[in-house]
Amino acid sequence: MERLGLPAVQVCAIVPIALTVGANRIVPAVAIPHPTGNPNLPKHEELSLRKELLLKALTALGSEIETQTVFK
Amino acid sequence: MEKIRVVHYINQFFAQIGGEDKAGVPPSVKDGPVGVGTLIENLSGGRYLIVRTVICGDNYAAENTDRFQAEVLELVRQADPQLLLAGPAFAQGRHGMACAAICQAVQRELGIPAVTAMHPLNPGVDLARKEIYILKAGENALDMRQVVPKMIALADKLLAGKPIGLPQEDGYLPRGVRLNVRVAKRGSRRAVDTLLRKLKDKPYTTELPIPKFDRVPPAPPVADLRTATLALATDGGVVPRGNPDHLEAHNASKWLRYPIEGVADLEGGVYESAHGGYDPVYVNEDPDRVLPLDAARILEAEKYFGKLHEYFYTTTGNVTAVASAARYGQEIGKSLLSQGVQGVILTST
Repeated sequence: MERLGLPAVQVCAIVPIALTVGANRIVPAVAIPHPTGNPNLPKHEELSLRKELLLKALTALGSEIETQTVFK
Repeated sequence: MEKIRVVHYINQFFAQIGGEDKAGVPPSVKDGPVGVGTLIENLSGGRYLIVRTVICGDNYAAENTDRFQAEVLELVRQADPQLLLAGPAFAQGRHGMACAAICQAVQRELGIPAVTAMHPLNPGVDLARKEIYILKAGENALDMRQVVPKMIALADKLLAGKPIGLPQEDGYLPRGVRLNVRVAKRGSRRAVDTLLRKLKDKPYTTELPIPKFDRVPPAPPVADLRTATLALATDGGVVPRGNPDHLEAHNASKWLRYPIEGVADLEGGVYESAHGGYDPVYVNEDPDRVLPLDAARILEAEKYFGKLHEYFYTTTGNVTAVASAARYGQEIGKSLLSQGVQGVILTST
């Protein structure tokens, strides 16, 4: 998608894989079976966590980058 | 002359047990050759005796990798072979993974040569190319008669302890092994010769191929998030309950999109995961844990960005060939651009 000029952020549990395959905008996620959630948290805290991850994803989409970048 | 005792490994498809409907069958054995095995015996000029054919369903092998390896290894061991041949798997991803894994296990544990063959893009290649010899095969069984003799020729060399040639000489996929060889011309001379050939547009062979990791120049950022339309996408296999379009659990053959206009939250029981590569308990309980629609709706309402695109995009990133994944990315990207989407949030399991 980035090749087409469409910025795409990959929110993923295993950052080294994203780096290997060539993703440009990367946000580290929670875990493989629940990248944007955490079943150990109460529902409202889990939702806040999800919002925070998405805010990082928005920052990644809005950032000018030169090379592969991990947004922590 | 005594014949060479060979065990042959194939999937349910090549064993003529069945297709995807039989992909879950556990390992089983047949005495003697089955299908391709007969061809192997014939093309070896009767020198190979296939004492046993081990058969396993593709999904069984992919879903229970540890158990699959242990069980098949035992079935191979019982037959006391001198050689294991697996496949050819061609471009069949799960079969390729199984062939690669079992060759690796047999070579390590039983100390006998193990040879397989598959297409260079088969995910099995990356799994085991450094340890085992994988002959380069075409995409499908049309290549059978070309590749089987190469498997036999390489296996013969391994059995006889003869030196193996370079990948292009013996037809196998490069293993990343470096060998010291003496050549007539020194390095600087060869480098200049290669450069001159390159400048004259003549054919040349590099001595050090650079690994081709796909690198893409970053796209420009979303210019104004507050007015931008963004899309949600995932390789975590989120689909409506019951998986109406039959998204594969492994080696996805397609991507899909589903409307989310007016949907505020992905509820468990309404959506679920079709992905076969992770424990789906958490996502089936709350699909927002893989495709974060509820939080995206909140941020949309709070004007952190313009609006959410009316569909979400999904596929299964599990043993899916890199070439297919790249194609799905291209297709989804083109579709989104044509609909005015300016940025994509992709979640990966």
